[in-house]
Amino acid sequence: MIRIEELHKSFGGQAVLDGITLHIPRGEIFVIMGGSGEGKTVLLKHIIGLLLPDRGGVFVDEVDICRLSRAELRGVRKKFGMLFQGAALFDSMSVGDNVAFPLREHTRLKEPEVRARVKARLAEVGLHGVEHKFPSELSGGMSKRVGLARALALEPEIVLFDEPTTGLDPIMSDVINQLILDTQKRHRITFVIISHDVKGAFQMADRIAMLHKGRVVGQGTPAQMREDPNPIVQQFLAGSSQGPVVRV
Amino acid sequence: MNPITRTGRRVLSEVEGVGRLVLVLLATARATLLPPFRVRETLRQMHFVGVKSFFVVSLTGTFTGMVLALQTYHGFRSFGAEAMVGAIVALSMTRELGPVLSALMVTARAGSAMAAHLGTMRVTEQIDALQTMAVDPFEYLFAPRILASLIMVPVLTVYFDFLGIVGGYFVGVKHLSIPAAPFMKAMVQYTDFLDLRDGLIKSCFFGLILSVISCYKGYTAGKGAEGVGTATTEAVVLSSVLILVSDYFLTAWLF
Repeated sequence: MIRIEELHKSFGGQAVLDGITLHIPRGEIFVIMGGSGEGKTVLLKHIIGLLLPDRGGVFVDEVDICRLSRAELRGVRKKFGMLFQGAALFDSMSVGDNVAFPLREHTRLKEPEVRARVKARLAEVGLHGVEHKFPSELSGGMSKRVGLARALALEPEIVLFDEPTTGLDPIMSDVINQLILDTQKRHRITFVIISHDVKGAFQMADRIAMLHKGRVVGQGTPAQMREDPNPIVQQFLAGSSQGPVVRV
Repeated sequence: MNPITRTGRRVLSEVEGVGRLVLVLLATARATLLPPFRVRETLRQMHFVGVKSFFVVSLTGTFTGMVLALQTYHGFRSFGAEAMVGAIVALSMTRELGPVLSALMVTARAGSAMAAHLGTMRVTEQIDALQTMAVDPFEYLFAPRILASLIMVPVLTVYFDFLGIVGGYFVGVKHLSIPAAPFMKAMVQYTDFLDLRDGLIKSCFFGLILSVISCYKGYTAGKGAEGVGTATTEAVVLSSVLILVSDYFLTAWLF
């Protein structure tokens, strides 16, 4: 479904992605882990064409999205939904209008049908009667749920998550992880999740890849990752300050 | 990093910046000139740029006309040409002060808000969210603001001209006791429709300048609150400077 080949990206002469190659199969939850500043979000933005690589390609259903025109890229993006780290809800719109936005942009549904779908999507993420609230009135967990409802509005084939549990307390993190898992089981769509939440990753993932210094240093099923001999992987999974990776 | 590498990187960065600006301008031109047009959003922006600027334009227009009448009266009185005050006020308003000052007022009120709004959308990833939802930000964010400015800045200019002339009449005739008939006669004799038309051509250019620059600065805002603040300041300063510089060249071309 998604194939990333030898992806390179530098900012100001500093390599952020240094030859990433990944294959993300259809219908799975694929978690990309790594420490802060290791290029996870940059990689995610390449997958949906928000950034263009210096070298390499991103293939979605065998189409290299790095070579598409802006109009063609918009066509491919209709296959995607994305939940941003801060939810990225439009703060000048109500919750209902946020979730309705992609429906109004890309479908010819009549307004009562749009409202019914908005209500159903919000109910799916456990929210009721919040359509008239504004993003500034929501808690972090509620914002993420609304962001997920918006990402699912057009029934996409692929949903990207950028740190879905960052900034949430452990209980709310678990609620969001469970919600992601339930949603994926219900729709059987491809989820690509960027995270540094090891517990959540092992709870949700069919496959995990780990980034370090812009490279993939380990990938496989959760069981394979636990057995990975790479000390960088093991240090990250253990959450230890002792090992080859030194943070200052 | 040695000086040659540093200079090379800087040159490349500048060239990349120019290239990005050209691409944004092309995308903006296409989104503004070609359908689909977002009528509802354009109307909303027209309300924001135009209707909400009426109060500030009313104040500045009226007082500009009043002070202009006062200044010219004191100068012209020394050689007995008080009746020309009406003509000077009308010509200055329609040709110069109306287009320039109303555009500067719109820059300060609406241009700054455009840059701050788009800048906030940029730093909170709302523009990225738009793009991931397959919506063209130039069509959704730029085009309605540019069209609204192109329409409403000339409307505000006419309003500014009118109130300036009324203010000048009030000071000249009611306060300084210039006879109404010669005041009006000189105004009508020396001002014609072409003065108004050329002033409106200027105001269209100014509307374009302030909206494109404000949207571009917001769209390319740097990170965080500081990035939004810098983008807003740059939008207002650059728009104001370009309005004044282009005013000279437009005046040389039109009059």
